Amino acid sequence: MVRYVISRTFSSVPLLFVVITVSFFLVRLAPGSPLARERAMPPEIRARLERHYGLDRPWSTQYWNYLRGLLRFDLGPSYKQKEASVNALIARAWPVSATLGALAFALALLAGVMLGCLAAVRRATLIDRSLMFLALMGVSLPNFVLGPILILVVSLNLLWLPPAGWGGTRHIVLPVLTLAAPYVAYIARLTRAGMLEALQEGYILTARAKGMRERRVLIGHALRAGILPVVSFSGPAVAFLVTGTVVVEKIFAIPGLGNLFVQAAFNRDYTLILGIVLVVSTALFLFNLLVDIIMAILDPRIRYGKS
Amino acid sequence: MENPDRRPTDRTLALSTVSRPGVLRNRAVIIPALIVLLIAGASLLGPAFLPFTYWETHLELGASPPSLTNGHYLGTDLLGRDLLARMLYGGRISLLVGFLSTAVSLLIGVPYGAIAGYLGGRIDEIMMRIVDVLYSLPYMFIVILLVALFAQPGTVDALVDVFDLAPHNPIVSWLRGPGLRLVFLFMALGAVSWLTLARIVRGQVLVLKNAGFIDAARALGQTPARIIVRHVIPNTLGVIIVYTTLTIPSVILQEAFLSFLGLGIRPPQASWGTLVSEGMQALAVAPWLLIFPGGMLVLTLLSLNFLGDGLRDALDVRI
Repeated sequence: MVRYVISRTFSSVPLLFVVITVSFFLVRLAPGSPLARERAMPPEIRARLERHYGLDRPWSTQYWNYLRGLLRFDLGPSYKQKEASVNALIARAWPVSATLGALAFALALLAGVMLGCLAAVRRATLIDRSLMFLALMGVSLPNFVLGPILILVVSLNLLWLPPAGWGGTRHIVLPVLTLAAPYVAYIARLTRAGMLEALQEGYILTARAKGMRERRVLIGHALRAGILPVVSFSGPAVAFLVTGTVVVEKIFAIPGLGNLFVQAAFNRDYTLILGIVLVVSTALFLFNLLVDIIMAILDPRIRYGKS
Repeated sequence: MENPDRRPTDRTLALSTVSRPGVLRNRAVIIPALIVLLIAGASLLGPAFLPFTYWETHLELGASPPSLTNGHYLGTDLLGRDLLARMLYGGRISLLVGFLSTAVSLLIGVPYGAIAGYLGGRIDEIMMRIVDVLYSLPYMFIVILLVALFAQPGTVDALVDVFDLAPHNPIVSWLRGPGLRLVFLFMALGAVSWLTLARIVRGQVLVLKNAGFIDAARALGQTPARIIVRHVIPNTLGVIIVYTTLTIPSVILQEAFLSFLGLGIRPPQASWGTLVSEGMQALAVAPWLLIFPGGMLVLTLLSLNFLGDGLRDALDVRI
């Protein structure tokens, strides 16, 4: 197991390297420049700016300098937001996105697994059918439709919660609900399918035959196996959540990483783009690794198969 | 996704429902299919029967609510453009992107998965490792990056230079209009949605590979290419059909997502994503601008997802 984790970690370093290299040259290949402004700039000022940021050097030198910076965890200066380093901009934005994402993920897991179990236990009843209909509804309701509708009803008509911004607890509720809703639905579907599969296994019959209480059969035995599809989905789910935060941050005007990235892409702020891509890729990789470890702990077959 | 309602013991029973009339008599397939056809038909033919175009502005009618008397049944947007006309036109774009990008993902994913699964061994390992790597990238960020950086006039200028095209070539002017964004959407969305398809097809092929009729074909001396095309792919069709049906809504959703961020279709052209985005900006004054396009988008996605689920049960496919 330890060896597996170490080898996965080392194999990911080249991957991050490739991501960074490709993005580095991609942003430079694109037409337009980070120094372009609304008004034309006198050539001598432009030349000075280029020299200041090292943009007058050949790409290979720029690339080399950037990599050297990375070794010191220095992501460079932002080309668009003066006096701000990329490190500082990301440090300010990521806790916002992380809070949003973590709360939404927790809500999706909790509600999704509970509803999925309920549907599986009450299989083929009215409860099951209506829950699964709602779940399909939830999967088909994009968060950029749900978010504005929530604002319309809860903020503009009922005046219960603020429609936008970031500050207190009151600002968190609507964005988290918007972000979590499709995943509650999807995880409920996965849990139901996994539980139904698990409930047919021989060991469930054995447990019941031993006279084990139904609650323990369900939670201790069926859920442990039934939740596996959910765990393996949570890797991609976090990737989707990261994407979702981009939209949710835009809808609710939240100063997070997603908003920062879209701005940076439009502004051609090379270093900021690269910094965010690097941070997000690393975070996704770490999370996927965590998911694999949890899978191995939950499912002995994976654990023993690997060693 | 697994289909828990079909246990192995049901399998013999299910064989009778695999036949085509059985599928066509299945309500869970027919109803959503009809809704999708209706929406597609309305988007395709509807604009021809409307007295308004999607771009015609009437500032004096700006943001008028839905009404039965002035002909704007679903109201108008802030510039006085007829919302129904814009929704139907937007439907063309959204559905076009949905179907074409799915076609792109089929063209890449099916052969990729089939080849990896059939050849097996080291080649399979490398091919699937590539898929794993691509999976773990924050691909939406890369799509945002690609579209924001490259979908702009400068790229067309570069193309004209490199390929020495006439500047008023119809293709060039189409690219300068809505074309470039559309091409980027097809490529970007197609290029990211083939991964799951490749995995699914590979899994199916691994099971099929050891089937008797494949051995027989091999014993008859057929080439791997012929075996893949004639025997392997036809036998994975059920899975491919079901998964394709489920890919279309996810691509439509992603297009709407990009358009919502301002990275997709540009005004005055519209897709459901741009309409929802315009609706959100006018939320306080003209909520119908959000509700109708959003509702149409949700109805389409819901029908396609229902159709996929229904087909999966009817064809007894496990994904």
